[in-house]
Amino acid sequence: MTTFSVLVIDDEEDFVTTLVNRLQKRKIEAQGVTSGEAALEALAKADFDVILLDIKMPGGMDGIETLREIRKRQPQAEVILLTGHASVETSIEGMNLGAYDYLLKPVKLEDLLVKIAAAYEKKSTQDKS
Amino acid sequence: MKRQLYRRLRLQIIGLTLVVAITPLVLLGGAIYNQFARAHEARIEDQMRLLANSQSSAVEVFLRERTNLLTMLVETHAFEQLANQAFLMDLFERLNRHSDQLGLVDMGVIDNTGLHVSYVGPFNLKGFNYEQQPWFGEVMTKGKYVSDVYMGFRLFPHIIIAVRGRTGEHQWILRATIDLDMLNRMVSTAQAGRIGDAFIVNATGIYQTKPRFEGAILDNSNIDPKAFSQGATIVTKKDQGAITYYFAGSWLKNKNWLLVIRQQTDDEVGGLLHTRNTVILIIALGVLAIIITTIFITNIVVRHLEAAHQELDMLSSQLVQSEKLAALGKMATGIAHEINNPLAVIGEKAGWMKDLLEEEEFKNSSNLKEYLSSVAKIEEHVERARKITHNMLGFARRMEPRLDDVEVNRVVDQTIELLSNHARIQNIEIRKAYHSALPIIASDQSQLQQVILNLMNNAVDAIGSNGQIEVATALENNHIFIHVKDDGPGIPKELQRRIFDPFFTTKPTGRGTGLGLSISYSIIAKLGGTLSFQSEPGKGTTFTVSLPVVTPEKK
Repeated sequence: MTTFSVLVIDDEEDFVTTLVNRLQKRKIEAQGVTSGEAALEALAKADFDVILLDIKMPGGMDGIETLREIRKRQPQAEVILLTGHASVETSIEGMNLGAYDYLLKPVKLEDLLVKIAAAYEKKSTQDKS
Repeated sequence: MKRQLYRRLRLQIIGLTLVVAITPLVLLGGAIYNQFARAHEARIEDQMRLLANSQSSAVEVFLRERTNLLTMLVETHAFEQLANQAFLMDLFERLNRHSDQLGLVDMGVIDNTGLHVSYVGPFNLKGFNYEQQPWFGEVMTKGKYVSDVYMGFRLFPHIIIAVRGRTGEHQWILRATIDLDMLNRMVSTAQAGRIGDAFIVNATGIYQTKPRFEGAILDNSNIDPKAFSQGATIVTKKDQGAITYYFAGSWLKNKNWLLVIRQQTDDEVGGLLHTRNTVILIIALGVLAIIITTIFITNIVVRHLEAAHQELDMLSSQLVQSEKLAALGKMATGIAHEINNPLAVIGEKAGWMKDLLEEEEFKNSSNLKEYLSSVAKIEEHVERARKITHNMLGFARRMEPRLDDVEVNRVVDQTIELLSNHARIQNIEIRKAYHSALPIIASDQSQLQQVILNLMNNAVDAIGSNGQIEVATALENNHIFIHVKDDGPGIPKELQRRIFDPFFTTKPTGRGTGLGLSISYSIIAKLGGTLSFQSEPGKGTTFTVSLPVVTPEKK
């Protein structure tokens, strides 16, 4: 089984740690950060296949800004927007900036895993071509 | 309340218009009539004045001719000739033969002692002495005399003309009696119309000719001749109740007699009455036309106003409804977003617990089953809460409808298919009555399906079990109508106003979010249509979706 790396960015620490634990338990290389700034540090250290990004993060960089940086630094990574606070406009903006998909919290882990797998699938086919 | 307002408005408009329109008409009519009446009166007065003048002239001429005749006789004959009875008789007969219009009844000669020396005529007056008669002295001094009507020796009203003759120093008198009938006839030709009168009075107001109606010669006429100045012909008026009398008087120039013409309103004024009636008729017809037109126009205007007001009311209630939805939607979105994050944490924590319970050390725990079922319950209720918040966000979502080519009948049919199993279990019959030739329209198929599904679900829930739902489509006025009719208990009157409000539900807790109808309402509004309902408690409810027929663009 191919493993791939996932970065979870969300200001809700409880959410990040738990989701990272659950992904790791499913043999996915997952890492979590709770701000846009921390995310940029993580991106500087390692490459990621799929990034889960919260759009609304109060204080510091918000999701859309973070997304722009991600697209600059690791354009190969597929980004899934995952938020409880989405307005339609920001979601559309995110999709226009090249996000792979958009999911509204709370999401069942099974559904999330399907999306992550699909995003990774897309990334791998693009890498090959 | 509103009806009263319009009734008052209607009365105000009608009242004001009538006053403004009718007042000038009546004033104008009155002024014209008044002007006409004055002109008419002036004309009557002119006519009467003319008549009085000409009549008095005629009488003057009549008297002057007779006086001149007698004067000529005394100038051309000697006293002895005329005092001869036979000569006088011969002369009188010849005069009368010469003219039957002479109007002399008799003729006599009186000497300077007052003795009637010769006489021809119907009365036997020869031998009477006139010395004591008041006129005898007057003739002797003035030479000519025309009497007023008086009784005299014959005790019968008559008028005499007397002239003085002179033979040397001897003065004598030729006297003749005027035919009073002839004078009467002459004056009566001026008795105009049905009740007009003409007569002569002397200086003290005594009738000298017979008036047409009441009174006889020598009666007092009750006319004050002093009111008529000398030499002029003037008209006076005397009002007696409704009748106005007009008197035109003209003094004779050679005799202090007043010729009077009398007229009264309802005779001479007949023409005027006709005119007045015509004016009144025209004004009445005008007023009637104005009243009818005013009421007609006012009714049209007020009806239009009322309709516009009603439409405005409807629009504003729709506006209120959509504003309410927008405000509640905003609030709902806020709440949903705030709840979504904690829900996500709860969900993840529960999931993590489930993951951990699969590990070896927990597998032997005697309470494993309890833990697992508790975690499952938590997940189940997170899912339930998630549905609510996502529904709320869906309600508030302002996504533009995606326009597809929609076959309404097919969409309705597919939606019914989704529910048919559930309905069959509840023993609910679904009847379809589709319009056979609905056009394909540009609309959002999935949103429309969501609305119909919601209406069908509500119908099924309303009936419970054992009932009937009728789904019909129709085409009218360039709109497609979808009717969903159930035979459930209906919506109570007091709740009907609130059924489109978000979070309003009559379903048991956990069964309905209270968002279905308000979402449906918003969706249909965005698609350019309307969602309405009719409900009769105890009989059932019909929801009606109306969609404009928008022809899809050719691709």
